[in-house]
Amino acid sequence: MVLITVFLLSGILAGYFLRKDNRIIKFTDKVTTGAICLLLFLLGLSVGGNEIIINSIAKLGIQAFVLTVGAISGSVLLSYFVYVYIFRGKEK
Amino acid sequence: MRGSFVIVFFFSAGLICGFYSLVPSAMNNSAFSLYALNLLLFLVGIGIGGNNTAWEMIKKINAKILLVPLSVVLGTLLGSSLLSVWLKGITLRESLAVVSGFGYYSLSSMVITSIEGETLGVLALLSNIFREISTLLITPFLVRYFGRLAPIASGGATSMDTTLPVIIEFTGKEYGIISIFSGIVLTLTAPFLITLILTAV
Repeated sequence: MVLITVFLLSGILAGYFLRKDNRIIKFTDKVTTGAICLLLFLLGLSVGGNEIIINSIAKLGIQAFVLTVGAISGSVLLSYFVYVYIFRGKEK
Repeated sequence: MRGSFVIVFFFSAGLICGFYSLVPSAMNNSAFSLYALNLLLFLVGIGIGGNNTAWEMIKKINAKILLVPLSVVLGTLLGSSLLSVWLKGITLRESLAVVSGFGYYSLSSMVITSIEGETLGVLALLSNIFREISTLLITPFLVRYFGRLAPIASGGATSMDTTLPVIIEFTGKEYGIISIFSGIVLTLTAPFLITLILTAV
C-alpha cells in the first residue's frame, strides 16, 4: 500500500511539472506500453511454467466471466438510477 | 481494440515460453517483476499528472459528476459479490479484489499477482479484459436500454481511453467529459482499492 502510494503520487507530481513538455509525456506513454508488455510477458512466463494454473485455465475463464457479468450489471443498474433521477432530470 | 491484441500477444508469448521452458529461469524472478511494477506505477502517475484535461476537469468537479464513478464502484462490488456466491473455489475477498480493477487489466493483474500470486493475477487479467471487450461490444445496447451513463459505468477505468471513442459515438460529446472524468477517478482508485481489500480484509 505504501509503495503503491509513493510511486503513483510521485509519478503524478512529476507529470504535473512536466506536463508542458509534450515530448516527455509522449515518450512516457511509449515506455508505459513497453513496461506493460514486459510485465505481461513475465506473467505469462510464470503462468506457463505453472501446471496448476494451466490445468485450471478453463475454470478461471468461467469465474472471470461470471465476475465480469456481475460487475457490469451492478454498475450499469446503479448508473441507470443516477441517470434517471439526477442527470436526465436536469437536461429537460 | 488494437491494444487488447498486443496485450494478448505478449501474454501468450510468455505463456508459450514458460510452458516449453524456452527462456532461462533467471528471468522468471518475482523481484524483477516487482521493480517493473513500481516503474509502471510511476509511469502511470506521470501519464495522469501530465494530462492537462485531467487538471482542467478537477476545477469543474461537482457532486453530481462524482456520483458517476461512485456508482460504478458500489455497483461493481455489489453485483460481483452477489454472483460470487455461485462460484466455488473463490472467496468473496478475492472476487472483490479482481473486479476492483474496473477493467484496468494491466495494472490490476500486476498488483494482484504481487500480493496474492499468479492464479488470482490471471483471473484478474481475464476478468478485466472481458470488461473492456464487453463494453466495446454492448455499448449501443446499453445506451438504448439503460441510458447514456451506462456504457461509462460498464467501461469503468477504460472509459477514459480505450472505450472512450465508442462511448462518445453513442452518447455525445458532453458525456465524453463525464466519461474521461469517471475513468480517471477509477484508474486512480483501482490500485488502492485492490491493495486495501487484499491486505486489510
